[in-house]
Amino acid sequence: MSSVRVLVGTKKGAFILTSDGKREKWDVSGPFFAGFELYHLKGSPVDANRIYASQSSGWFGQLIQRSDDGGKTWEPVDNKFTYDGVPGTHMWYDGTPHPWEFKRVWHLEPSLTDPDTVYAGVEDAAMFRTTDGGKSWHELAGLRGHGSGSQWQPGAGGLGLHTILIDPSNHQRIFIAISSAGAFRTVDGGVTWEPINKGLSSQYIPDPAAEVGHCVHRIAMHKARPNTLFMQKHWDVLRSDNGGDLWTEVSGNLPTDFGFVIDVHAHEPETIYVVPIKSDSEHFPMDGKLAVYRSRTGGNEWERLDKGLPQSDCYVNVLRDAMAVDLLDACGVYFGTTGGQVYVSSDAGDSWRAIVRDLPGVLSVEVQTLP
Amino acid sequence: MGKIAGEVHLEIEGAVTQRSVLDALESRYPMLRGTIRDHVTLQRRPFVRFFACMEDLSHEPLDALLPEAVASGTEPYLVVGAVAGG
Repeated sequence: MSSVRVLVGTKKGAFILTSDGKREKWDVSGPFFAGFELYHLKGSPVDANRIYASQSSGWFGQLIQRSDDGGKTWEPVDNKFTYDGVPGTHMWYDGTPHPWEFKRVWHLEPSLTDPDTVYAGVEDAAMFRTTDGGKSWHELAGLRGHGSGSQWQPGAGGLGLHTILIDPSNHQRIFIAISSAGAFRTVDGGVTWEPINKGLSSQYIPDPAAEVGHCVHRIAMHKARPNTLFMQKHWDVLRSDNGGDLWTEVSGNLPTDFGFVIDVHAHEPETIYVVPIKSDSEHFPMDGKLAVYRSRTGGNEWERLDKGLPQSDCYVNVLRDAMAVDLLDACGVYFGTTGGQVYVSSDAGDSWRAIVRDLPGVLSVEVQTLP
Repeated sequence: MGKIAGEVHLEIEGAVTQRSVLDALESRYPMLRGTIRDHVTLQRRPFVRFFACMEDLSHEPLDALLPEAVASGTEPYLVVGAVAGG
């Protein structure tokens, strides 16, 4: 019988939640790296025992941890993320030039074919890659250097590269997103890049339709339809059906189109999930009632899913890397909150229950579906 | 981070300074590179402090000799994460 392993990164360590395919009884292990921020953990699609984790702290900086036994034991690998050449400047909050400074790794995306190859999205925004299992990291400098890098400004949470999507049908094509520069695409494995933000409209920037400067919070893709991308932007939920060439808003009847996460059902490419959040400064569910919204039409028409979720006095947030789906026949959907709850739905969102309720604030959730 | 239990004893060739001690420490435990000092600039990370013989050496020259008690192994050289917060 299949099982699932949920990798949870929190503000004070990592936790691993495991269950069989029923997803009713859970074992919780951790904290791993107690006291450290675990921005992201993710396993290799071709070797489930190989897991990478981004561990950081304000005291000791960045570490990358690697497990070769499914998270039972960990070893630190290289943590040197040095920008290629003379880094130059990006734009600071006040519009002045500011030197690029590495701060932390936000997201780790293992290769779809090679467990030793991993992409890392970092703050200040750049993309790095290892091809030796984390023993060394090298910047894919064409991203910062493609032309608009000097104009990128940080969002409230920093200038972070937080989303990396590899096209399963063409591994040379990769989509990434940066807060608050926007979305970008490479078709040559990361050598050259172009912004893909046409159709986005952001009223909070000087030119609402600018080529870069949009605060993209998350992008999602179904592996069977890599030309279709879904986006949760600072405001607006959008889709593209041409690999990011043009985006169309599909916020539809959402109660608020602000939020951070967006994900796609494992078996239904037009079924997508978001968690609407009240903005700009509050960042908690509307009226203190937590709900996931699901569209079975690829956007525009949304249904509220709140069975099992708190419907009073709930003021948590769901951060951009904190939603995931498993690959079981009855698709499981998972998300974690800044209040330390990790929720699971084993019926594609119809009903929810908490796996754990009292973890440190959840930064990321990933799921491995195991044979 | 380095999975180190207890004190670390290091053999230093030549002058025993903060720099030579840190170099030797990072050589034995490469995973600590970047966590005490910046990878590129080798500057002390802001929330890390260095102490020896009841003295805060965090702002002392890295190439100054450490006290004899540290060089002889009688007293420890301490790398400490600062108590910070509120």
